[in-house]
Amino acid sequence: MIDTLRLSAYDALELVRSRQVSGAELFAAYREAIDRHDPELHCYLHVCEDEGGDGLPIAVKDVIGTKGIPTTAGSRILEHYVPVYDATVIARCKQHGLRVLGKTNTDEFAMGSSTENSAYGPTRNPWDPTRVPGGSGGGSAAAVAAGLAPWALGSDTGGSIKQPAALCGNVGLRPTYGTVSRYGVVAFASSLDQVGPVARTVRDCAYLYSILAGRDPCDTTTVDLPHGVELPERTDLNGVRIGVPTEFTEHEAIEPGVRALVERTVDLCRELGAEVGECSLPRSLDYGVPCYYLIAPAEASSNLARYDGVRYGYRSPNADDRYEMYTRTRDEGFGDEPKRRIMVGTYALSAGYYDAYYGQAQKVRTVLIREHAEAFERFDVLLTPTSPTVAFELGAKAANPLAMYLNDLLTIPSCMAGLPGLNVPCGLSEGLPVGVQLIGPQFSENTLFAVGYALEQAIGFDPVPPRMAAAV
Amino acid sequence: MEKNRRKLMAIDREQLLHVAHLARLELSDDELERLGAQLNDIIDAVSKVSELDLSDVPPTSHPLDVVNVWEADEPRPCLTVEEALANAPEREGDYFKVPPGGS
Repeated sequence: MIDTLRLSAYDALELVRSRQVSGAELFAAYREAIDRHDPELHCYLHVCEDEGGDGLPIAVKDVIGTKGIPTTAGSRILEHYVPVYDATVIARCKQHGLRVLGKTNTDEFAMGSSTENSAYGPTRNPWDPTRVPGGSGGGSAAAVAAGLAPWALGSDTGGSIKQPAALCGNVGLRPTYGTVSRYGVVAFASSLDQVGPVARTVRDCAYLYSILAGRDPCDTTTVDLPHGVELPERTDLNGVRIGVPTEFTEHEAIEPGVRALVERTVDLCRELGAEVGECSLPRSLDYGVPCYYLIAPAEASSNLARYDGVRYGYRSPNADDRYEMYTRTRDEGFGDEPKRRIMVGTYALSAGYYDAYYGQAQKVRTVLIREHAEAFERFDVLLTPTSPTVAFELGAKAANPLAMYLNDLLTIPSCMAGLPGLNVPCGLSEGLPVGVQLIGPQFSENTLFAVGYALEQAIGFDPVPPRMAAAV
Repeated sequence: MEKNRRKLMAIDREQLLHVAHLARLELSDDELERLGAQLNDIIDAVSKVSELDLSDVPPTSHPLDVVNVWEADEPRPCLTVEEALANAPEREGDYFKVPPGGS
């Protein structure tokens, strides 16, 4: 009997390597868990058949192109799209023997923080199905939390890996921009998009990152890692300098339950030997979200111009000429959130407004980069809450786009600066997971894994949602 | 973001239609009304970036110091015509087929 709810990827690999379990049995166990629980949770948009092999299964966010497997990006406009090539991250996974288990739900074009913007219906949080799993990668995070995948791929533009990982109680890495290829990934905001791992443990997360990272000739924004990925082993934090940006821990949007757990985690860092100090990132918090909601929609409006009904994807049958084909295809194919962002982005880039909006936002980005660089002169790692709140109820913020945008208040600034960030679960508030976000300088993933691992061992967070355990 | 900041530039219906045309979106009257109000709120909120005097600050388009990337100009395998057309909504021979006319 394979207990997918408690199995880490590392343990699953050991079971297969020692021939206690075959690859086919392992794949079948996850398929069985999916058949049983996914009708309620809706983590998956497509589930794959086992094509043989002994490698581990992996769930893949549906913005990542998979050859021969539908890839919808959570949008009607790509409902019947089947890629004819694999994204580089998929090719890398396959080279390591990993097998695609299925495609996970996402906010449409990864635009959202709750997975409610999926054209195919929301995903539910395994800790409490009346609540959202976060987003946009809610499907991947919920699948890993519910034991419906040993690990998963996500993508992160302003928090879409870190925030759902926090709300579902798993470990998620947004890598340094440029370390993981975007080739074959549905583009949202190209200067921000990064693919990264979602896992049950820090070690699994680090191992999956080692598979994904590296230069890809097909994506000229990628670079080789300056040093290899090290699997973390140390359980102390001696000599590590950890900075706590006060604005990020004292902001009024942060729930008391979240604040208390983050404070306890900061104390734990001290107990583990870290040097802990306060720092300040005032403009990152005040201007991060406005800056993001100019740059991301501007780039999205350009990237989403390709959905025109000509080469792939949906085409409206209700058009008499080509102009109508474009406008009706896009009206009928896109949901509300992509339309909002296309309109905001097109407006911000249009003649007469470029300098005031997009140009100014790019300068703000420089300010955020400098502010973080200054903090890293004194500290190796910054620690903040990942999400200001625990998972909220479905529908709670759906009618108010601006309220929804504030979910990413704490994750956006480091994304704008191109920095890596790791979510590590730090406890439960009201029975729901809370995570801390560890931010480091560019290419500091090994440090983040080391700190995350030491905290993980000391906290001893149980990633199994009690109601899932009861259902087995 | 502050809620009641002075609205600097309200987007009127005519501007909304112009932007929708640029974005090739046909919006229903219903959508125009709903999106119009939300758009004004969003633009108002993001206009906060204009509070900062950044005349001396260079813009960032890319967070890494990647300058340029050159590849050898050598032919490599690429998609076949059939693969390229595999997802076409409509094709004729080796071409994507689209309706005629319109701007």
